[in-house]
Amino acid sequence: MSKDPPPAPPRFDAREASKFLFRAGHTGWLGLKFLDQGENWVELELPWREDLLGEDENAVLASGPIVSLMDMASGIAIWQTHKTFTPVATLDLRVDYQRPAKERSSVRGRVECYRTTRSAAFVRGIAHDGDIDDPVAHIAGVFMTIGMDPRQKKMRSKEMAGKEMASEAGTGDE
Amino acid sequence: MSDLQLPAYARALGITVHAIEDGTPVLTVEFGRNVEGRPQHYHGGATAGLLENAGYAALRTRLVEEGREAQLKPVNITVQYLSAGKSQPSFAKGRITRLGRRNANITVEAWQTDRDRPIATAIMNILMA
Repeated sequence: MSKDPPPAPPRFDAREASKFLFRAGHTGWLGLKFLDQGENWVELELPWREDLLGEDENAVLASGPIVSLMDMASGIAIWQTHKTFTPVATLDLRVDYQRPAKERSSVRGRVECYRTTRSAAFVRGIAHDGDIDDPVAHIAGVFMTIGMDPRQKKMRSKEMAGKEMASEAGTGDE
Repeated sequence: MSDLQLPAYARALGITVHAIEDGTPVLTVEFGRNVEGRPQHYHGGATAGLLENAGYAALRTRLVEEGREAQLKPVNITVQYLSAGKSQPSFAKGRITRLGRRNANITVEAWQTDRDRPIATAIMNILMA
């Protein structure tokens, strides 16, 4: 079962949070790095690595790690927009690959959160290898908030509680 | 388990061939730090990696069967996350919905303990050159 998140820090900061988020787990293993941030977006970098290749015969990053990069950048872009860390679950993520990344090149992912509602967040982004006008991939995704945003305390009446229970797909809290 | 050679990324993530069912590989990955997102759960990207590899594995296997050689180019993948991947092994198997001369459309499902309750599904379009 999920617990209520601890009291929110004053303001989510992607740069600071990245130090913690990329220390371990899947994103730590990939070696993701923070590059830049804005009010509703973030840009991360996936370093090139020999053992992340999609095909043994050419030195191009597999598409899988690019999904991870964009998924993580999506989450952070949502927290930037919310200005607070509230757990989110990916509902749907679409990646359109325009071309392979350049050989031995790292891939950068810039994702913006263009819309949030009470329970959902919508993102879009571009993966590129240096020139954002020459993308490797475009992504679009929908995320769902898990648990509760502290700003929404007032709404946690019985009727809302019911709705939250109903929208727990993807959280594993069944 | 088979002649199927998984790419470096799949091997690094710890993906292996679990079984061959009706000629189609079932891939698996153990839960571990490599795949962990929020504590004790799979990262969405790791789940997508498993799905994507299962899709490719299904297609490569079919192409070998048909004596075709092709370089595979991903066009897109859409992943639907259905429930959280918990701290146990995950499995995935692809189904080729359509195989043409130049493109393939593949549906992939990932599950954990109960195959009838997938944790994620994906649809992939792959071009063959």
